[in-house]
Amino acid sequence: MSSIFVLKGVRQVKEGNAVLDGIELEINEGEITALIGPSGAGKTSLIRLLNRLDDPVGGQVLYRARPVNEYPVRELRRQVGFVFQTPVMFPGTVRDNLHEALKLAENNSADLEERVREVMALAELEAALAERDGERLSVGQKQRVNIARALMTSPEVLLMDEPTSALDPETADRLMETVHRLGREKGLTVVMITHRLSEARRASDATVLMERGRIVEAGPTAHLFEQTANERLRAFLDSEK
Amino acid sequence: MLLIQSSETAARAIIDVSWFDLSLACGLILIAVSLSRWQRLGLEKDFVIGAIRTIVQLLLVGYVLVYIFAVGRWYITVAALLLMLTVATFAAVGRQKKKAGRTLHWITGTAMLLGSGFTLVYISALVVRVHPWYDPRYMIPIFGMIVGSAMNGASIALERLAGEMEARRAEVEAYLALGASYQQASRQPVRQALRASLIPTVNGLMVVGLVTLPGMMTGQILAGSSPLTAVRYQIVVVFMQAAAVAITTAVVTLWYRRTFFTGALQLKSQATA
Repeated sequence: MSSIFVLKGVRQVKEGNAVLDGIELEINEGEITALIGPSGAGKTSLIRLLNRLDDPVGGQVLYRARPVNEYPVRELRRQVGFVFQTPVMFPGTVRDNLHEALKLAENNSADLEERVREVMALAELEAALAERDGERLSVGQKQRVNIARALMTSPEVLLMDEPTSALDPETADRLMETVHRLGREKGLTVVMITHRLSEARRASDATVLMERGRIVEAGPTAHLFEQTANERLRAFLDSEK
Repeated sequence: MLLIQSSETAARAIIDVSWFDLSLACGLILIAVSLSRWQRLGLEKDFVIGAIRTIVQLLLVGYVLVYIFAVGRWYITVAALLLMLTVATFAAVGRQKKKAGRTLHWITGTAMLLGSGFTLVYISALVVRVHPWYDPRYMIPIFGMIVGSAMNGASIALERLAGEMEARRAEVEAYLALGASYQQASRQPVRQALRASLIPTVNGLMVVGLVTLPGMMTGQILAGSSPLTAVRYQIVVVFMQAAAVAITTAVVTLWYRRTFFTGALQLKSQATA
């Protein structure tokens, strides 16, 4: 399995505080990687580096073996999509929201409608919702639209910052199943932050535990949850039960 | 007041306000001071200082204008216009809640220079056809009205854009995350800022003459001009103010928005313009 992202000695500072401190991490292509850890651990600060919503103050972030800042940033962001914790709707209908993603790239491909149908199906949104005003959807539906919109540009990677935090457990589970399926069927690399350990356990291939800007433990999810000898990981897992 | 016709009839029509008359007018400010006292608003001192400043500032301006009109040199007029522009720039930027750096002064000053400068040249060369081109009797009051409107427009545009960029941070970043340019990502905040800064002008066009008689028109009528001449001047003034506000706010918002983003199209943590 090849690494799609490699982070070397990454440091980040926000408002004078070190939020990432010497991060060394490899993220495998085609896998779902879950970032877990207490709030303030630096999870969001980390994934924001992967599509350059922020740049680190030190160290290097490589995407496909090249530093991220060597890619044209707009191109990079179309290849590395981002789904925010709180879904953001653009003005207009669901269809408008989805069209917008391609319009931004000045991409007027003829199969636009085909693409809309495709991503709505992938995000498990009913076709009838296409004409609905985005603001009138439920939070769960909005989050699915946000995922669908990120998929419009056919990204290779999807970064998700606690995509289920605003959802009730049942809706969250269904959304995770969707993400899981996307990873499997489309070969999409997913890096997601989650505060729900069950989510990480069920949906992810690899898990990274962070604490105070450092990586405590990283590895295959099954291994981490079942056999780890790391005391801090055990303590975190117990505290979140 | 300054666009007075100098014909004899006009001169005869003006009732002079003597120093004694002026002191009587000061009595009026005492009404406001009394209200403040009665209701314990604590504004007495401000009213008195304000009144004194009004007298001193306007008298000074009066003497300066008398001097500029008497000298009648182009460079004196241009220097006066630039000074007005500079003061207006600092006033517009100074009203911003966010601490602004030098960039914001440059942006605002340049935008007002373009907006007001273009409008002044258009009005003085094509509409009013001022002769000689630098005649301070026309150029200074016309520019004053233009730059005053541009200043208000710029001030609203700056404040609204900063506010919208902050309030719509998540939306702007969602656009960026999809690979948007900074122009695309800031489209909504820019639209809101432009609307907010243009609405007072639109409202002004709607009610001009119905709610209040504009100051310049009133001044001309008091100075003895025919109301029809005064009205024609006022129409010119209203249109030139609209143009100046439109150009200035467009330049200000389209330029200022850039300062919210880094070169790598990241949203800066705060407006550090």
